[in-house]
Amino acid sequence: MASHDSSYVPGSAVEKWLDERLPVIRWSKTHLLDFPTPKNLNYWWTFGGILAVMLVVQIITGIILAMHYTPNVAMAFDSVEHIRRDVNGGRIIQAVHAVGASMFFFAVYVHIFRGLFFGSYKAPREILWILGVLIFVLMMATAFMGYVLPWGQMSFWAATVITNIFAAIPVVGTPVLELLRGGFAVDNATLNRFFSLHYLLPFVIAAVVVLHIWALHVPGNNNPTGVDVKSSRDTLPFHPYFTMKDLFAILVFMIPFAWFVFFAPDLLGHPDNYVMANSQVTPAHIVPEWYFLPFYAILRAIDFNILFIDSKLGGVIFFAGSILVLFFVPWLDTSKVRSGTFRPMFKWFYALFVVNFVLLAYLGASPADANVLGLSVADFSKVCTAYYFLYFFVVLPVLGRIETPKPLPASISESVLGQPAAAE
Amino acid sequence: MATETKAHEGAPDTGRRDFLYVAAGAVGAVGVAGAAWPLINQMNPDASVLALASIEFDLASIEEGQSVTIKWRGLPVFVRHRTGAEIDEAKAVPLTDLKDPESDEQRTKPGHEQWLIMIANCTHLGCVPVGESGDFDGWFCPCHGSHYDSAGRIRKGPAPKNLVLPPYTFISDTKVQIG
Repeated sequence: MASHDSSYVPGSAVEKWLDERLPVIRWSKTHLLDFPTPKNLNYWWTFGGILAVMLVVQIITGIILAMHYTPNVAMAFDSVEHIRRDVNGGRIIQAVHAVGASMFFFAVYVHIFRGLFFGSYKAPREILWILGVLIFVLMMATAFMGYVLPWGQMSFWAATVITNIFAAIPVVGTPVLELLRGGFAVDNATLNRFFSLHYLLPFVIAAVVVLHIWALHVPGNNNPTGVDVKSSRDTLPFHPYFTMKDLFAILVFMIPFAWFVFFAPDLLGHPDNYVMANSQVTPAHIVPEWYFLPFYAILRAIDFNILFIDSKLGGVIFFAGSILVLFFVPWLDTSKVRSGTFRPMFKWFYALFVVNFVLLAYLGASPADANVLGLSVADFSKVCTAYYFLYFFVVLPVLGRIETPKPLPASISESVLGQPAAAE
Repeated sequence: MATETKAHEGAPDTGRRDFLYVAAGAVGAVGVAGAAWPLINQMNPDASVLALASIEFDLASIEEGQSVTIKWRGLPVFVRHRTGAEIDEAKAVPLTDLKDPESDEQRTKPGHEQWLIMIANCTHLGCVPVGESGDFDGWFCPCHGSHYDSAGRIRKGPAPKNLVLPPYTFISDTKVQIG
């Protein structure tokens, strides 16, 4: 696993004794302190560290909330209010967990879009990227089940709509739906199992994060130039250079996080979730949490039958496809140049992809029968869904063949310091 | 035994060894699947959920033009006492206009055409549509904009099917058994 030699020298007899039995200090020094890291990493690269912190924040606050929460349809809603009103400091702990989910997703989107721009998914980092997408999928499952637990109206109808997605699967759809819900409708059995799984999945995520970091430490970090590390002149040890940079970024990230927690803990939520779940009435305008909106817009965009595939199954196929396509990006992008900085055409298509993604989120939040910029939400969503898929299936494969990239710097060191002096 | 002598002669019987290897693996796989099934099956609807599978409901108190929502197997069910105009409107629609063609007779029981009894979950993603609204004098689903007519048939929007009819029978003129 160590791609470079360890510089660890046990300082005492005890350390030497331990090192011969379990070289955990040696391992930590190699991978957590000395790890050679490209010296040109910018602040977009700090989001990995931010995400690790967010996972820990969510696990700690979550374990605490589970000490006071009751996963039963009669008591769940009240137990969350109990946490917010009665439990010592519960108002803040519950808000950190709820706002934390949003901050977590914000950070993961930045992290993913950074990877998409700088080509961090390209060889030899395909497995690293795939594990990342897997973490993203697990995060979505965890966040969805967590959102059901307060058992408000939005919780209940999110559970109903999302489990219903599985009913679109031909033949086995309905049995699978009943298996997931543990009944014919979302009810106590559903709430109970979602609580159990919501507690489990973060630890699965933590395990995949370990693999993700392992896969990172084999080839080492990508960097803003996308040029491989060529010598030790291109790198700096992870500690203290990047531990400090990450720490600074984490502290800056905590400022808006704290603002939401202290001053607007419900700003990102929906008032309807303060009405207890009612299986007889659907709220007039149901929307998912903001971090699911782009994918929700894609699900909703398919309101027409495609040959023998009805609109419902079609929507589900595009919805699932919009996430699954990420697994194949390393092979869809044919350009040998990693960093978007050196790809004059890619830059514009990428920028449009980011705008398109934000637009999809906006459309996902709009009522089904509204108009946006003179187009109906339904038509606008179709256009944006089309570009989302065109980017992956047409733009990335074709650009690699027709684009002339700008000249790459000879090394990371040169890109930072300019051309080497004649003396070298 | 022949095989034993053969083994002793230093030529192991690989055919026998492979067979044992595959057979042991196959038995192991069946065993794991058998042990896993109850662990998955426990998630299916339990006995207490299945026990609620049949209910009786008295229609007498529902006036013409009124609808109520009742609960059957945890699902909301619309019971609507349709007006003559609604029935005529539903019957006048040519089947070719429908996404999921069903005549009004197929949607109701003979002699009880005024009663429309349907599971109240939109066939798209399961929201409860709003009554007496939409473009077809029936139901409108606020989630993704599906319109149903006065017989609960899908007319417009992403839902693929008509609102589902639960199995039910009239046990008297004013009493139905659902399930």
